[in-house]
Amino acid sequence: MSSNLNPNVNSGKSEGLKGFIKSLFLFELMKGLSITGKFFFGKKFTLHYPDEKAPISPRFRGLHALRRYPNGEERCIACKLCEVVCPALAITIESELRDDGTRRTTRYDIDLTKCIFCGFCEESCPVDSIVETGIYEYHGEVAGDLYMTKEKLLAVGDKYEKDIAAARAADSAYR
Amino acid sequence: MSDELNIEINGVAMQVAPGTMVIEAADDAGITIPRFCYHKKLSVAANCRMCLVEVEKAPKPLPACATPVTDGMKIFTKSPLAIEAQKSVMEFLLINHPLDCPICDQGGECDLQDVAMGYGQDVSRFGEKKRVVKDKFLGSLISTDMTRCIHCTRCVRFGQEVAGIMEMGMPGRGEHSEISTYMERAVGSEMSGNVIDLCPVGALTSKPYRYSGRPWENSIHDSIAPHDCVGSNVHVETRRNKVMRVLPKENEAINELWLSDRDRFSYTSLTSNDRLTQPMIKQGKEWKKTDWQNALHYVVEGLNRVKDTNGTDHIGALVSPSSTTEEIYLLQKVMRGLGSNNIDHRLQQLDFSDQDKMPAYPCIDLPISEIENIDAGLLIGSFTRKDQPIIAHRLRKAAKKGARISALNSIDYDFNLELAQSVVTRPDDVSVQLAGIVKALADLSGKSIPQMLGKDIASVDVSGSQRAIAEDLNGSEKTCVLIGLQAMAYTDSSSIRSLANAIAELSGSHLGYLTAGANSAGAWLAGAVPHQGPGTSELNTSGKNALQMITDDMKAFVLLNVEPEYDCANPNEALSAMNSADFVVCMSPFATDTMREYADVLLPIASYTETSGTFVNVEGKWQSFQGSIKPEGETRPAWKVLRVLGNFLKLDDFDYLTSEDVRDELDALTSNVSTNPRSEMSTVTLNGSSTELTRIGHLPLYAVDSYVRRAGPLQETDDALGAMIAVNKNTALKLGLDSSHMAVVMQSNNRVNLPIYIEDAVPDDCAFIPTGVAGSVELGISYGPIEVDAG
Repeated sequence: MSSNLNPNVNSGKSEGLKGFIKSLFLFELMKGLSITGKFFFGKKFTLHYPDEKAPISPRFRGLHALRRYPNGEERCIACKLCEVVCPALAITIESELRDDGTRRTTRYDIDLTKCIFCGFCEESCPVDSIVETGIYEYHGEVAGDLYMTKEKLLAVGDKYEKDIAAARAADSAYR
Repeated sequence: MSDELNIEINGVAMQVAPGTMVIEAADDAGITIPRFCYHKKLSVAANCRMCLVEVEKAPKPLPACATPVTDGMKIFTKSPLAIEAQKSVMEFLLINHPLDCPICDQGGECDLQDVAMGYGQDVSRFGEKKRVVKDKFLGSLISTDMTRCIHCTRCVRFGQEVAGIMEMGMPGRGEHSEISTYMERAVGSEMSGNVIDLCPVGALTSKPYRYSGRPWENSIHDSIAPHDCVGSNVHVETRRNKVMRVLPKENEAINELWLSDRDRFSYTSLTSNDRLTQPMIKQGKEWKKTDWQNALHYVVEGLNRVKDTNGTDHIGALVSPSSTTEEIYLLQKVMRGLGSNNIDHRLQQLDFSDQDKMPAYPCIDLPISEIENIDAGLLIGSFTRKDQPIIAHRLRKAAKKGARISALNSIDYDFNLELAQSVVTRPDDVSVQLAGIVKALADLSGKSIPQMLGKDIASVDVSGSQRAIAEDLNGSEKTCVLIGLQAMAYTDSSSIRSLANAIAELSGSHLGYLTAGANSAGAWLAGAVPHQGPGTSELNTSGKNALQMITDDMKAFVLLNVEPEYDCANPNEALSAMNSADFVVCMSPFATDTMREYADVLLPIASYTETSGTFVNVEGKWQSFQGSIKPEGETRPAWKVLRVLGNFLKLDDFDYLTSEDVRDELDALTSNVSTNPRSEMSTVTLNGSSTELTRIGHLPLYAVDSYVRRAGPLQETDDALGAMIAVNKNTALKLGLDSSHMAVVMQSNNRVNLPIYIEDAVPDDCAFIPTGVAGSVELGISYGPIEVDAG
């Protein structure tokens, strides 16, 4: 039963003279090769990663960063909203009264091995402190490499502040 | 009942008593009306207007908190008119409220935040500048952000109505009104922490907890407060195995929904640098860390060595009256298993002569909740307000209802209630005063003076105030005589107990002991007294009491959360007893340098938040609790340590699996124990009053146990007294003291220099020098003769 429904099983031989001529002149091969040829000489899609990279959206959710204000003060005020909204429980925060009377974190950890990059932390942040950058090229070699501490996150923020700010600006009309 | 009124709220018919406010009726019916200023324990202010509801036939919405129900009233809390009114009020309240929820400690438990979710608009129509209010200084416990205040005046009403000292008020009008203290003074109430709970916004928040956490991340554990005999119910809030804060747990029968500052903030001691987390043994002069196995074997060897060379009556145990019943029971079981009856928890007591006549355990034959219904009362040697703030609050409630409460003290304490009579006299004269009251009562009631008191009573002169007190007690229906911490520490406290019994007997009053620590009642029941075993079982021989132990050249001590230099009535003698003993085992959550000097073994025991246990409060109520966090480091609950120690000592019946097993064993032993606080009276000998300079040395409220002494924020309050000498003007003049110099105080051959305070609350020829504080450790007994020289 199934053989009747499958066109490949009956193709070629059973078609008589027409089939003979088609197979003699390798018609199907040529048909196939013509598609190969079309793409061979056409415009190429392949990116030569890592020499070439695809463009990313300003909303891309990659490596996290903690930002600072232009005067160098860290933005985070330890409100703990990101910690409570995180569905993967990847964020751990401890806070204190800093000597100048402000509310600050003493510990801000994100376990990237737990993180599911949902972006809720960024969305919940009232001061645009925790952000997800466009960085997706990072790896860990030993246990703990992917455990981002406050220092590491602030370092990422400091290094890429320009890109982060540009991405926020690009997306600001929709937020 | 027929006199109940029929009302209808949101179409639901109900019957309520006349005089009920609409909001109370709605609360009882489970209908929520938003509110800020209304609080069930405070008077009605009706100034936030959040609880506006529609009432049929009323032209305008009415405040539910200030509208009494009438018959046939139809109330609509969710009608368009009511919702419109509530939303408008919300808009006004939010005009000046800052949008700083992310940094506000109240975030997540904020009434304003919650109500704004229901009634607030998402965009403000107010474009002008918000008002900013300067923060006020309220001391080391409460931090302020006054811009957030919505002027509900709950804190002001709390001060007036509950704490009893009008410390906060609201000067100014309209937009210029501000909640403030008078003269920028710190709030000094011993219950001040409650305004943190009362404040519906983040204007008043906890200073020690400031910015350290969020309410949603804390796990809440039920527990019992460990510092006074009330046994307040608390919630211990923890996060990642750390106690974050302690809040009151509502229990109408005990603490209502209040908590004293001592119970609220003592958790700050748990992270003290003194915390001992590893068993240590002393080898030569060196302290070595070890494991539990070794440490306990070392204890067993040491105790057996003393037992073999000096006999078991040279081993003594001192127990903190705030230890759990299980710990105390097991320690006495270890001691009695070794053959020693030398165990005591009455560390501040100086007179033990009537211990055989004491009741089964010191308690009040009146539930705590009933204290507010007394008509007259007498406080003997008690600064109830600071020693047991919750009891003082009940007494205050009684006084506000018209009860005539009198006090007989050796310092003119600042009570937060109006005393009918206040007699202030020398500690050694208190019994004379009581004898006068007994005699007056006998006259009034027509009964004879109990014969057991002896002949001295009949010959005293009755003064006017004594007669007045006697009249109050005799003429009132429900009366109560309370013996306080100071009275229990006087050198003639047995006479005071006998006379108090006589007063209770003659006037038909309830009698009560306001005991030291959280668990004096439990300690008595568990047998931490030298003359009777658990459940008042009789002993063949009586052991040594706390005072005898430190004066009688003991060779070995087991200390359970006791720092003798602070906890004992005779710190100097206690410390030298420790230093001269051959073997001292310290079971303590903390280790100090003093301890390292005299101790041979340091066993780290779990703090009150880390162990399970039971406290028996002053009304005889057993309240068990579980540990809230895991014990720190290598610390272990003391009951487990003692169980293993019992096993290592090869004593019988030490196979408990849980602390409940221990409790149940004791519970069975105490099932027939009498709950009557009355005791047999003994002969009272009245000495003529002298003019010899006497020390008054009670423990200040923030020096009562090892936890409180290490609670930083409490130690920064005005109530945390340092070492000092306070005398009145006459005595100062007589001794040539003035407050610009130091006084040289001599007692038991030691001299210390102390700062002088001129304080008229101290009677003539007395000097108040607190015990339990660092500078007075070298001195001797807390009540007794001293010599003072101008420096």
